[in-house]
Amino acid sequence: MMQNNNFEHSVKQLRKLSVIIFVFFMSIAAVLLYIMVDPTLSAFTPKPDSTDLVVVNDDPNENFDKIEDGIHVRTGFVEGEGLMTVVNNCTNCHSAKLVTQNRMNKEGWKATIKWMQDTQNLWDLGKNEEIIVNYLATHYAPEKKGRRQNLANIEWYELKE
Amino acid sequence: MNRRKFNNYLSLAAMGSIIGTPIVFGKKLPAGYIPLGLQDPDPFSMFKKDKEMVVLNDKPWNMEAQAHLLDDKITPNKYMFIRNNGKIPTAIDVNSWKLIIDGESVNQKKTYSLNELKSKFKQYTYQLTLECGGNGRSEFNPPAKGNQWTIGAVACANWTGVRLKDVLEDVGIKSDAVYIGYHAADTHLSGDPTKEPISRGVPIAKALQEETLIAFKMNGEAIPLAHGYPLRLVCGGWPASASGKWLTSISVRNKVHDGPKMVGSSYRVPCKPVAPGEKVDDEDMCIIESMPVKSLITYPKTGATIKTGQQLSIRGHAWAGELEVTKMEYSIDFGSTWKKCDLAMASNRLAWQHFKASIRFPEKGYYEVWARATDSQSNSQPMVLPGWNPKGYLNNACHRIAVKVV
Repeated sequence: MMQNNNFEHSVKQLRKLSVIIFVFFMSIAAVLLYIMVDPTLSAFTPKPDSTDLVVVNDDPNENFDKIEDGIHVRTGFVEGEGLMTVVNNCTNCHSAKLVTQNRMNKEGWKATIKWMQDTQNLWDLGKNEEIIVNYLATHYAPEKKGRRQNLANIEWYELKE
Repeated sequence: MNRRKFNNYLSLAAMGSIIGTPIVFGKKLPAGYIPLGLQDPDPFSMFKKDKEMVVLNDKPWNMEAQAHLLDDKITPNKYMFIRNNGKIPTAIDVNSWKLIIDGESVNQKKTYSLNELKSKFKQYTYQLTLECGGNGRSEFNPPAKGNQWTIGAVACANWTGVRLKDVLEDVGIKSDAVYIGYHAADTHLSGDPTKEPISRGVPIAKALQEETLIAFKMNGEAIPLAHGYPLRLVCGGWPASASGKWLTSISVRNKVHDGPKMVGSSYRVPCKPVAPGEKVDDEDMCIIESMPVKSLITYPKTGATIKTGQQLSIRGHAWAGELEVTKMEYSIDFGSTWKKCDLAMASNRLAWQHFKASIRFPEKGYYEVWARATDSQSNSQPMVLPGWNPKGYLNNACHRIAVKVV
């Protein structure tokens, strides 16, 4: 009986020990696994204020040619017939800003296109030329400014002595 | 461009999934995505410009000052306008940078390294006014094509370098030399490596002036990249396009230089006055040389409100291309009467001159302070736009600021 008791006791001890060892190694494995996926232990460090972080949209093409308040956001061109033809032909070499800050009639825009073709390597626009010229002469037409305009957009402020 | 505020929910979810935040970012970055900072360069930090500078164009870069930003007597880089025709050169190596002097009218072609230029020739510093030929273009009616500059495409910095005349003397030029033309390292917008964005120049007489420099310093430091690092031709008082940036060679020509933007209607005005909107043939257009008389009120900023009885101190600068400004006046009654301003001498020829005045207003109300400079040949600034020209150059109409007395 004594022998039997001793044997049972040893088995119990052995089982206990193996459970402890198992739990110990599992814990180490868990820690190691965590360190593998989060080497900087970022979950335990205070989280930075993330409100200013910027992420990119999952789909890079989504909203690429978004129009907001009648403006093609990416270029600043106004929405209108022929917009994408203008975007695709007139923003490869120079910024859209060079177009949108100018005002010309059909003849002026045509002459500008010809100048770019003669001297700046602009390609033959084919049927697109009419679409482009119509768009530009409609949305970027000259305004009559007279010989001197009133001062505008004055931001008033108090000037201390 | 798609931006979205990173929200807490997403960051928590990312945490919970035991996949670290950096990996989430990596996965969500679309292929070929360039980090925001590079994709949408901030020109103000890139070129060390003040945030109040106005960007007219980002390809090529064109940026102008506002009147009140130009209050310094010597314009610092942060307020200096940028006018580029092509792309700024990349990978500039100052150790291998060469200046070649060639052309029909040199005795022999000669090449200088930057060190040779600096050590072989005496160095000079001048304060030189550089104004874009198209400064003020935005006011022309009918409108003229190009960057719509308002008033801020002018600056007057200190330039240090060697005299072009000393270098040309060292090279030896023939008696038939009539013009010089510069060539530079900037590249054409179309990407065509055989095309120069701009290659202008000046008549030989201007090239041989004492103040015409091959400069390597601006305001005592290496020239900023956007202004021509490491070498720039500086021809003060003429359209700033004559002052070639990123200078690599100067051709001494036996005829008027014919590089891009030297010919056609570029930097040219009708030889004879024309009606607004009139079509002018290229052969009837003449090259702009000296810039016309002009001035700017740089203090106070337009929009000042002052109290009755309070005196208003104004100050600013005046310049007249090759000439001197001899008289500076202001008017608070739309030109009915003019009063004299104190006018200082230029620090050297071709530098702008400073003026100041103290103004009393008779009663409450809205006023405009108009400034008018007169040059040594009795030319004054017009109150309305000067003669219309197809490309909208040389608008030297009086500058004015709005003031309210309350």
